[in-house]
Amino acid sequence: MLKVQNISINYGVCTVVEGVSFSLEPGKIIAILGGNGAGKTTLLKSLNGNLPIGSGTILLDGKPLNEFSRREIAKKIAVIAQENETRFPVSVLEFVLSGRFAHGAAFGWESEKDLQIAVDCLEMCDLKNYEARIMNQLSGGERQRVVLTRALATEARILLLDEPTANLDLAHQALMFRLVKKRCETCASAAVLITHDLNLASEFADEIILLKNGKIAAKGEPEKVLTRENINEVFNVKVLLDKNPHSGKQRVTAIY
Amino acid sequence: MSGKNTTHAGKAACAPVVNALTIKVLKGKLTIAAILLTTLVAAILFALFFGSEKLAFFDLDEAQKTILFDIRLPRVLLGACVGASLAVAGASLQSLLRNPLAEPYLLGVSNGAALGTMLAFVFFSQFEFARPICAILGAGLATTAVYQMAKSRTGMNVERLVLAGVIVTTFLSSIIVLLTSLLDAAKLRSFTFWLLGDLSQATTNGFYLTAISVIVGTIVLASQAKALNLMMIGERDAFDFGVETGKVRLIVFAASSALVGISVAASGSVGYVGLIVPHLIRLSIGSDNRHVIPLSAISGAIFVVLADTIARIAIAPRELPVGAITALIGAPMFIYLLRKS
Repeated sequence: MLKVQNISINYGVCTVVEGVSFSLEPGKIIAILGGNGAGKTTLLKSLNGNLPIGSGTILLDGKPLNEFSRREIAKKIAVIAQENETRFPVSVLEFVLSGRFAHGAAFGWESEKDLQIAVDCLEMCDLKNYEARIMNQLSGGERQRVVLTRALATEARILLLDEPTANLDLAHQALMFRLVKKRCETCASAAVLITHDLNLASEFADEIILLKNGKIAAKGEPEKVLTRENINEVFNVKVLLDKNPHSGKQRVTAIY
Repeated sequence: MSGKNTTHAGKAACAPVVNALTIKVLKGKLTIAAILLTTLVAAILFALFFGSEKLAFFDLDEAQKTILFDIRLPRVLLGACVGASLAVAGASLQSLLRNPLAEPYLLGVSNGAALGTMLAFVFFSQFEFARPICAILGAGLATTAVYQMAKSRTGMNVERLVLAGVIVTTFLSSIIVLLTSLLDAAKLRSFTFWLLGDLSQATTNGFYLTAISVIVGTIVLASQAKALNLMMIGERDAFDFGVETGKVRLIVFAASSALVGISVAASGSVGYVGLIVPHLIRLSIGSDNRHVIPLSAISGAIFVVLADTIARIAIAPRELPVGAITALIGAPMFIYLLRKS
């Protein structure tokens, strides 16, 4: 559904992402890991056309991304980014409904179907009875969940998540990943996520891309990518590796 | 869109709740619109019949008919159009720039229009429509200059925007002062009065042009309201969720420059209308621009009509510039909003 072929992205003369290729298939979750300034967010922003690529190709459902209109892209790809505070009193329901922008006419009001989807998604994200709450009066974690709700309300098949768990407590981190995983498994959807949490990536991702200085340092299944050597090379940190006794997935513990 | 807390017993129970919510919200907005429209009609009638010369509702003599139809009616209706234009431009610019302090007067947009008008006044006084055309160009250039100065790689914050507005305003003011020194004493007084916002020079042509502009401008900006709701949350958000942000920005800048330019050409710089009115509307009905833009138009009209009536009767038979009254109310509110943000 999304094929990234040898792309490079430049900021002026500086190359931030170089020669990155991967393929996102239905049901799959790809985690992008890397140190600060490795080019993760830049790469993610290019996947829905938010940043232009310098060279290479991004194919969405077999067609070059730049041949789609903004509305068409928004129907197929939803973004969950870090939420900034807005200076206007926007209610949770209004915020979630803004995710339905691409589905309706450019003017007018949302349909009953839009409202229904918004209410259902709020309930799904543990935000029942939050409709009338004002976004700025919510905690960082609650706001982040509303951002996820809006992305789910788009019904897009591809989810791009930029550090989605930064403000979430443990329970809601798990809820968010369960929802994303469920969406991918049941709706033929797929997700690309940026996270600094290696264990969450190991637990939920089907494939991990390790980025260093804008280039792919390692790519593949979590167990093959999350090795002592790779982690040391990318993060310059020594780690202990073992298996999570509950899930059997690779577990990473940093040595301080 | 926002409603009171609702309970959902499950998926099956959601549909009627949503219906009730939508109907309740729309009914509420329609009631507010009806109240505001009634208030506008009452304000216009009050402004027409009260002033230094009090007019009776019936049995007007010829002199009183002249005052009512040739002097007050164009002035009051022009005031309503100017108020609506400035409030709609303010509401739209605030959403676009994600800043409740973005106001045509404070951003220097009004000064850009004033400079344009003045240049037309000095160099092309023989062409009637040179004033509004130059005013629109001046407003457009000032808007672009402020936007370019205020934006940075990380976005646009309050301080940068206010500072950019101050820089543009003071720069344009100094050019206006320089140009006024070329005027003779009689023109200088009338120009200074006009610069502070003055509806006493209202003409029927000025009213027609402003009326057409406010109708077209409000429709154009209201058509962008749904996109502005997303822009208000964040430009990246809007882009990600399907808004052609560049196109919306261009439409809003062009339409608000035209609204401000034509208003300033007709009545000078009436300040703070675009700050106070959208703020009060958002406080009462929320931030959905599909409601905020049209209701700001009606409320802006009420505000300027009443402010101009006060300007006419406060020191009758002499008059104050209407801009002085709006600034007296607006400046404290600006300080309040600045502290809050």
